[in-house]
Amino acid sequence: MHKVSQSELQPGIPPALAAYNLTKIYHSGEVEVQALRGVNFELYPKELVVLLGASGSGKSTLLNILGGLDLPTSGQILYNQQDLSQASEHELTRFRRKHVGFVFQFYNLIPSLTAYENVALVTEISPNPIAPEAALELVKLGDRMHHFPAQLSGGEQQRVAIARAIAKQPDILLCDEPTGALDRKTGILVLEAIENINQQLGTTIAVITHNSVIASMADRGVNISDGQIASIHKNSTRVLAKELKW
Amino acid sequence: MVMEVLNKKLIRDLWKLRGQVLAVALVIGSGVATLVMSLSTIEALEDTTEAYYQRYRFGEIFAFATRAPLRLTNQISQINGVQTVQTRISSYANIDIQGFNQPVIAQLMSIPDKGQPLLNQLVLRKGGWVSPGRDDQVILNEPFAEAHKLDIGDTVSVIMNGHKKDFYVVGIALSPEFIYAIGPGALMPDDKLFGVMWMSNDVLAAAYDLQESFNYLSLTLTRNTLPADVLNKIDVLLEPYGGVRAIKREDQISNWFVKNEIEQQKSMATILPTIFITVAVFLTNMVLSRLIATQRTEIGLLKAFGYGNFQIAWHYIKMMLVIGIIGVTIGSVIGAYFGRLNTVMYAELFRFPLLIYRPSPFAFIIGGLVSLIAAILGALTAVRTAVKLPPAEAMIPPSPGIYKQTFLSSLGLVRLLDQPTRIALRQISRRPLRSFLTSAGIAMATGLIIMTLQWDDSLTHLKRVYFFDSQRQHITVGVVDSLPLRAIYDFEKLPGVLTAEPINAVNADFSFGSMTHRGGITGMQPDSTLQLIYDDGRKQSIDVPDSGIVIASRLARKLNIKIGDVMGVDVLEGRRPELLIPVVGIINSYIGLPTYMNLDTLNRALNESPSFKYANLLIDPRYQDELYAELKNMPKVSTVMLKQSALDSFNEHLVEHLMVFISMFTGLAVVLVFGVTYNSTRVALSERGRELATLRVLGFTKGEISYVLLGEVMFLILLGLPLGCLFGGFLVWSMAQSFDTEMYRIPLVIEASTYGYAIVWVVIAAILSAALVRRRVNKLDLIRVLKTRE
Repeated sequence: MHKVSQSELQPGIPPALAAYNLTKIYHSGEVEVQALRGVNFELYPKELVVLLGASGSGKSTLLNILGGLDLPTSGQILYNQQDLSQASEHELTRFRRKHVGFVFQFYNLIPSLTAYENVALVTEISPNPIAPEAALELVKLGDRMHHFPAQLSGGEQQRVAIARAIAKQPDILLCDEPTGALDRKTGILVLEAIENINQQLGTTIAVITHNSVIASMADRGVNISDGQIASIHKNSTRVLAKELKW
Repeated sequence: MVMEVLNKKLIRDLWKLRGQVLAVALVIGSGVATLVMSLSTIEALEDTTEAYYQRYRFGEIFAFATRAPLRLTNQISQINGVQTVQTRISSYANIDIQGFNQPVIAQLMSIPDKGQPLLNQLVLRKGGWVSPGRDDQVILNEPFAEAHKLDIGDTVSVIMNGHKKDFYVVGIALSPEFIYAIGPGALMPDDKLFGVMWMSNDVLAAAYDLQESFNYLSLTLTRNTLPADVLNKIDVLLEPYGGVRAIKREDQISNWFVKNEIEQQKSMATILPTIFITVAVFLTNMVLSRLIATQRTEIGLLKAFGYGNFQIAWHYIKMMLVIGIIGVTIGSVIGAYFGRLNTVMYAELFRFPLLIYRPSPFAFIIGGLVSLIAAILGALTAVRTAVKLPPAEAMIPPSPGIYKQTFLSSLGLVRLLDQPTRIALRQISRRPLRSFLTSAGIAMATGLIIMTLQWDDSLTHLKRVYFFDSQRQHITVGVVDSLPLRAIYDFEKLPGVLTAEPINAVNADFSFGSMTHRGGITGMQPDSTLQLIYDDGRKQSIDVPDSGIVIASRLARKLNIKIGDVMGVDVLEGRRPELLIPVVGIINSYIGLPTYMNLDTLNRALNESPSFKYANLLIDPRYQDELYAELKNMPKVSTVMLKQSALDSFNEHLVEHLMVFISMFTGLAVVLVFGVTYNSTRVALSERGRELATLRVLGFTKGEISYVLLGEVMFLILLGLPLGCLFGGFLVWSMAQSFDTEMYRIPLVIEASTYGYAIVWVVIAAILSAALVRRRVNKLDLIRVLKTRE
């Protein structure tokens, strides 16, 4: 069993991404929904963090704000000491384009593009990408890169999505319920790919899930409930993805 | 209360989709508008003409004689079926107007000096009637007075029978007899060079030595009388007095032009709207089926709740009906407005003193029904597809499309394309039929624009052929009585004349088998260089034949005659010989139904010595004024036709007017293009919102994802444009085929610039609709889209 020691992280260095006193209020019609109620959260370089929470806990909102998809109602969001909470639409797009990779529950591949092309879609607009072949190799799909999404299984599609997310060598990889739509066996394959990226490329990763088992493969597990961080659990050792059981 | 909730949903859905609803309604509306506009214009023109004719007692039969005694009137009125008889004196005369050096001709018409004549009454627009006992008063026709800025109290000099006499203008009037005031031999009205003057019968009788006589007869018939019977009897009565065969109202020149104009409207009213509505029906169908396809989730949901197929289908049919009704309403309003505008324009052109624009419900009902049925048919296909799905399946959006490597990718060309371009292209190749239909829609709309714009090309071409290629003279001079051939030298000697060539012309009835046509023969010298027997179709002139007659193909078709057949020619002048002449050539001509013979052959056939009635002159423009002055003073000259002036009036009367009409159609065609592009893009957006949101999340800018979305439409437009050019060519061809009056035919000409303009219009419409959709792209909700399952 391979164990990742805590010393591989770099305590004392500034966080890659940090959020302070984040609040987010959605107005849907006349109803006001407080999705985040003062969240403080730091994501350190090369760290793998799992955000746990029930449906409606606010974890997706947090991830969306961290990834520059949404702006907080108040609070600060710092990327490399740069405040994103007041960023313009265009600046957010640049931020996502250069620094963030996304993986979604429903893969969101472009059906009209092959696996290879879905990855190339991102590398074409990135300043410093790895080759699409290499990215697909990393998720062990080198042999299926010319298949269209409809010709791939759910797990394979999700791994293409991961390859697509990391091909631009993002500083941060954000995964929203990456295994939510998959059975356990396929889910493990996807988690292994995430683990692999974290170790081989040193990409900082945050994974959202409601499956608490997955938290044991992370450096830290963060529990979110009712728009606040309820607890943070630091793992002394990370369990390998393939040994996870649920 | 089930339906009430569904109705609420209906209203809200329509509001939510208002952009598309409006775009589809516009497509439907432009079809309806063209139909309503055309039908209502025709109706109004026919009603107005009829009312005008009735109110001012326009004659039904007309006959010229040289000099017929007034006592004949009694005999004429006793002919069975004759209601009212009007005898008149009429003559052409040269006019002198201060400060206007071109030769002007007027038709002088006698009127009683005690008020309106029995028939062919005047519409007095200004001033009063000629006073009894005064021999120096005249009433002018309004267009002529306006062209020369003549008003009550002004004077005009008329050269009557060689004597110059001054007249005071006492009135300005219109007449149903001269709606189209057209000079002898002229193609189009030219209000500067030709006018009508009404003066006291006594004045004309004295001037032309026609006391107790008349030379122009007009009459009306009792109800249910066939003109043909009366015509023959009048011919018999007038024959001893130099009568030229009597004509019925249909052949009266002004009326013939007016009816032709209405006929031309009818051609357009059947062809253009048919094409428009066909295209609009197709587009409505296409747009609606895509619209409903995006509603499949809701259809599944409704079915899951237990709604029956029929209820759901009815729900969507109602939706289409609402859209259809909005379209029909918009179309009716625009169509009626354009129709009125168009009618008013005609009324001004014809100077109708009254205007009846009361469109019957017929046009609206036809337009409305066709469009509504089309909308429902369009909806039904799509609703059926959606309703057929089991609810569970319908609730899931269509599963991710299956894309395959196509021949396109195997070409290796794909490697040159970036991913967004590939997305757009694959989208097209995956749904080839739908993509083709979108392209076809754009092609049809493009074709429509080309068809409407090319009228200008056709008319320009027609002008060039008629006024320049086939006629090279500057001036055509008509003489009072035929002149012997050697008199052409008198014209050659006039100042500034470079070449003078004689032309003879006679009126004749042509017949072959049971078919007849009243027309004229032009006699030309074989070596003539100014006027040519020009085949407009083949764009070359043919030699004047030694014997036989060359006729226009349209006449050949009318008489069902071919080369080698012998045509019956009843000459209507002089000794009135009845001849049999072989057809030796058939030419295509755009204007009129000309026939040509060798001048000598014609004269021999007429049993006349070599003579001519017209002289074509090529002149040196520097001596123009001197020449005009000389011509005015030549008593043997009856008419002077200036080519430039004819060209100007052709432009003014036909081209400008037609262009306004055409631009209305062009406008509606552009609306069609907009409707198609907007809906295609808008539906593409709702189908692919999730994909676009994903791209945004991946860091694509709004501009870049707009390219992915609009790129597809852009490619379809690129595909549609050349198709549209082909389709436009086809439309123009079919238009030329069916637009075929005796007055003129439309040459099949499309200039490159017309294609260019059509493309520019399509691109503008596309950009406009893209800009509207782009606004929606900007508002794309990234988070919501990502959370839903594909």
